[in-house]
Amino acid sequence: MEEFKDKLESNYIVFENELNGEADTAVHGMRRDAFRNFEKLGFPTKRNEEWKYTNLKPILKADYKLFPKREDHIEFKDVKRFFLNEIDSYKVVFINGVYSSWLSETTHQGYDVCTFGNALRKYPEAIDGYFNKVAKTDEQAMVSLNTAFASEGAFIRVPKNKVVDKPIQIIFFNTSDDREIMVQPRNLIILEQGAKAEIIERHQSLTDTPVLTNSVSEVSVGANAELHYYKLQNDVHTSSLIDNTWINQYRDSVAKFSTFSFGGRLTRNNLHFAMKDENCLTYMNGVTILDENQHVDHHTVADHLVPHCESHELYKGIYDDTSTGVFNGKINVHKDAQKTNAFQQNDNILLSDRATVDTKPQLEIYADDVACSHGCTVGQLDEEALFYMKSRGIADKEARALLMYAFASYALSEVGIRELKQKVNMLIAKKLGVDLDFEL
Amino acid sequence: MLDIKNLHASIEEKDILKGINLQVKPGEVHAIMGPNGSGKSTLSSVIAGREDYEVTDGSIDFLGENVLDLSPEERAQLGIFLSFQYPIEIPGVSVSNFLKTSINEIRKAKGEEPMGAADLLKKMREKLKVLEMDKAFLSRSLNEGFSGGEKKRNEIFQMAMLEPKLAILDETDSGLDIDALRIVAQGVNKFRNKDNAVVVITHYQRLLDYIVPDVVHVLMDGKIVKTGDKNLALELEDKGYDWIKKEVASL
Ligand SMILES: Nc1ncnc2c1ncn2[C@@H]1O[C@H](COP(=O)(O)OP(=O)(O)O)[C@@H](O)[C@H]1O
Ligand SMILES: [Mg+2]
Repeated sequence: MEEFKDKLESNYIVFENELNGEADTAVHGMRRDAFRNFEKLGFPTKRNEEWKYTNLKPILKADYKLFPKREDHIEFKDVKRFFLNEIDSYKVVFINGVYSSWLSETTHQGYDVCTFGNALRKYPEAIDGYFNKVAKTDEQAMVSLNTAFASEGAFIRVPKNKVVDKPIQIIFFNTSDDREIMVQPRNLIILEQGAKAEIIERHQSLTDTPVLTNSVSEVSVGANAELHYYKLQNDVHTSSLIDNTWINQYRDSVAKFSTFSFGGRLTRNNLHFAMKDENCLTYMNGVTILDENQHVDHHTVADHLVPHCESHELYKGIYDDTSTGVFNGKINVHKDAQKTNAFQQNDNILLSDRATVDTKPQLEIYADDVACSHGCTVGQLDEEALFYMKSRGIADKEARALLMYAFASYALSEVGIRELKQKVNMLIAKKLGVDLDFEL
Repeated sequence: MLDIKNLHASIEEKDILKGINLQVKPGEVHAIMGPNGSGKSTLSSVIAGREDYEVTDGSIDFLGENVLDLSPEERAQLGIFLSFQYPIEIPGVSVSNFLKTSINEIRKAKGEEPMGAADLLKKMREKLKVLEMDKAFLSRSLNEGFSGGEKKRNEIFQMAMLEPKLAILDETDSGLDIDALRIVAQGVNKFRNKDNAVVVITHYQRLLDYIVPDVVHVLMDGKIVKTGDKNLALELEDKGYDWIKKEVASL
């Protein structure tokens, strides 16, 4: 880890030198502070309470290349399956961290669906207003590291009362076939008052060369705005992802986030909601299905700062083989946040006695007039239900899959795009090794 | 069609079935009556293939095949259907999706093509009508929050959809009011034909007014102690089981 840190330091100097005139900007001042902060904090270790169950050490041993060679060319037909292509959509696509105009479909009509690099050059007011303002760097080494190098990612800005007419797909492909690479996407998503958008985010390796992605998304959901956000995590077994997503919500806004974790070597999801103003509605849903030695760690925070906000969180996990899962859900209800409604549930099924899950709800409530509930379960499939299904001619494997799907399906209820739900269903069937269509 | 010989079964080392003999032919309706705890549900579970029970002796042949070697799903694929006394709730699986999976798994086992969604829905609507069930039923989670009567109707609905060769109805009448009973019986009668058979397990004669049995058996303490025609059911209704107990004891 120390070695990698040293390498990052020398890379940082190279990065700064390549910035030319940009080095004196406010943005770069923030990068520099963030880098110093990262140097001070270092990579998180298991001694850090927040990283107790997720060990980065083995991941950080690889000799990652930080600035992969320029854009590799990919044919659309070779990656078509990673898109939701049954419907029309905007696409912001990156290859090894570099924007691919060839695979993308951006717009500036009515709203901006483009790149962070573009916004850095053209929209200083958006950068000044939001960059490094939503995500917190102070205690967050990985956010700091991303901020230090922040230069590319998706930029989405939807002005007042505009509704993005089709879903936006943000996809990061990685194609290195020689050297391990590290990429650090930086996304900035701004929904102004009354705006609406649907976003799908995916990180996908096309080779087995190890990839480490340390991603930061800063999201602002303005007053009365509505955002539906889907994270589809089904990467190859050599790729790791540290996702840091920070969301600020304002008065009467709705934010629904769904995280589907079906693959990857190590995935850490930091999902942090701050309800900044009254009457916000927040949904956090998660479906995790892992096998072999995969690891997923969900760290979520619902920060209720003001009265009358509502958060619903439902995470379902299914773990086979020696896979491991972590669920750590924090609900903070601050002193002034009266009339808060906050609900959290994490249910898990262990299919193997070598699979483990550590689930920990953490409620800190400083207001007295609130309705909060939380619960977690760890269990097995119901044998009685299995017999019932088998007695109706459904084979063992399919019966198990159907029960598992049923178990997970409650966390799919907020998926508003029909074709996406079908795709997720298909991925679940594939993951469970059956050829079933879970819906009629 | 069904040929059970000297069947012995136990659970947790406790003998429950103690030498059952039962032959059912196509087109027949058999009723099995008997006091609580006599082993009726055990018999139906063993036929359906529940693995908790250990068959210690005897055989079960169905359509010439020894089913004791088959898994529950293989038995169902052959055409055995059990309407459960206590259908389990399966949250998250809708009635329609469950049935679709069930029908297509059975078809797959027979090497047939899956049934298309449109045909399936049409057939479901048809059968729902027979059972006087609302089509909103299809999208509800299987048995979840169903009333006792709804659960039983749902079992018969599934039977009607799957069209098995042998249907074993374990106390399908319990928990039904007289209207529901009539509707369920109507569903069963509509299902019957010369090629299939029904085994009705019940405590009460009243269901047998609607589904008239060809043969009535009395099961006591794990054995069939008496077999007769439909009049035996009437006699039991009238006099209870004590006289049979005495008759058996005196043998
Ligand atoms: N899972 C079980 N474990 C132990 N005993 C059981 C179990 N299931 C049934 N039994 C016993 O087997 C006997 C027969 O039960 P059952 O077949 O349910 O009778 P019936 O359906 O005729 O009322 C009863 O004494 C019951 O207690
Ligand atoms: Mg019984």
